[in-house]
Amino acid sequence: MSAGDAPVVAIAGAAKTYTGGMRALEPVNLEVSGGEFVTLLGPSGCGKTTLLRMVAGLLAPSAGTIRWWGASTVPAAESAHRLAMVFQAPTLMPWARVGANVRLPLDLAGVARADADRAVAAALAGVGLADAGSRYPRELSGGMQMRVSIARALATAPTLLLMDEPFAALDEFTRHRLDADLAALWHARALTVLFVTHSIQEAVFLSTRVVVMAARPGRVLADIPIPAPHPRTPEFRGTAQFAALCAALSAMVAQASTASPP
Amino acid sequence: MKPPAAASMTLRVVAPVVVAVILLTLWQVAVTWYEVPAYLVPSPARIAQTLWLDRGLLLDSLGVTAGIALTALAIAVLAGVSISLLFAQSRWIEASFFPYAILLQVTPIVAIAPLLIIWVQDTRVALILCAVVVAIFPIISNTTLGLRSVDPGLADLFRMSGATRLQTMIRLRIPSALPYFFAGLRIASGLALIGAVVAEFVAGTGGQGAGLAYQILMAGIQLNVPRLFAALVLITLAGVVLYLGVSALANLALARWHESEMQRED
Repeated sequence: MSAGDAPVVAIAGAAKTYTGGMRALEPVNLEVSGGEFVTLLGPSGCGKTTLLRMVAGLLAPSAGTIRWWGASTVPAAESAHRLAMVFQAPTLMPWARVGANVRLPLDLAGVARADADRAVAAALAGVGLADAGSRYPRELSGGMQMRVSIARALATAPTLLLMDEPFAALDEFTRHRLDADLAALWHARALTVLFVTHSIQEAVFLSTRVVVMAARPGRVLADIPIPAPHPRTPEFRGTAQFAALCAALSAMVAQASTASPP
Repeated sequence: MKPPAAASMTLRVVAPVVVAVILLTLWQVAVTWYEVPAYLVPSPARIAQTLWLDRGLLLDSLGVTAGIALTALAIAVLAGVSISLLFAQSRWIEASFFPYAILLQVTPIVAIAPLLIIWVQDTRVALILCAVVVAIFPIISNTTLGLRSVDPGLADLFRMSGATRLQTMIRLRIPSALPYFFAGLRIASGLALIGAVVAEFVAGTGGQGAGLAYQILMAGIQLNVPRLFAALVLITLAGVVLYLGVSALANLALARWHESEMQRED
């Protein structure tokens, strides 16, 4: 992990109150360092997506600050530090072929054609869809569309990858496979990931650290390291350590939901 | 089992043709059986005969009417899309001007056609303007809606990628609007023809540039009902051809990706 440098993201007292007074998120303090896989885990309405959107620069905090690599603004698309986001739905352009979808952020950043071609091919190969470039999104299954969405995010070689419940809409089998592939990608490419989920098992399987959140009002309850070694394979799900970590987090989430007013 | 393409051809072409043959036969038999005079209801055979005998006159008129309708449709598309793109620039522009676009929709064309014909020297131009006024609203309203109907996730992605307004317009908003635009174009194609015919009725221009509406008007006055029907058949056919043309265009643009034009196998 990159010690000494400024953290990738430093959130200091960031809070969100929507007009009308709805408190979506109480002040949050959180740092993400290079190479970490941090997961925001919590029930609906705990503000985890709000927090992620603030880190993405899509939403301004109503109080507190967020710093990216020590700077107070989100780095521009063509700078050395790059953010990429994977959304809840695949959010592909239905009128464009898979290759053009993956290329989109590169085109928008003005990357040269040949470089973009190489990056697109590499990104598609990285998610196991090397041959899918000329197909249309609707011709692919939900899981494959999500892979394309991940390839699009990886094509820009992001230094911080934000993922907002990317596999929530997929069936359990597909989800487990994508979780395993994501764990391998993170390990192989030394990615830094901020991940949002409401699945305890997914959080434990993927993360180096889990930030447990509670709802009404949205707030951070605990910040728990997941000490299991990497790379993690599907066998990890069968270990006693996995079960113990899941049980501990379950107890914490259950406690959080009874402690908070309905 | 037939392959799906053949099955859908049967459904879409053969079935309506069978209905038409049955109805025309019934019509022919009924008119012959009850000895209905041709000046009340001509038989299909008589109408076909009139179409052939008066083909010079009728085809010239068809050319005039179709020319007006097509020109009006082209202008409605250009102007309508331009106005929608302007509306898309800001909510303020849209909120300020959209109510006036609605005026075009609710103003009866027969009420303003005489005015336009008085104001505009060239009758043909006046007729085209009338048809444009009738046809433009569905283009404006649908395209404006489409330009706004962007997947919010994709909008976020464009924002995060640092896309300019122009890039977002060309790569995201315009493609998102295409299905809406074509839905509007289908409606507008029929309305352009109706607008052209109604305006001709009001103008009542005869002579060299007489359209089909004028032929219907004259045939009615002269009790030449077979010719009236023949002109009616041509207007209907023109409308169907226009609709099919627009549908083919929509299919060309959307078949690869939009639900409205996809072939389903089920």
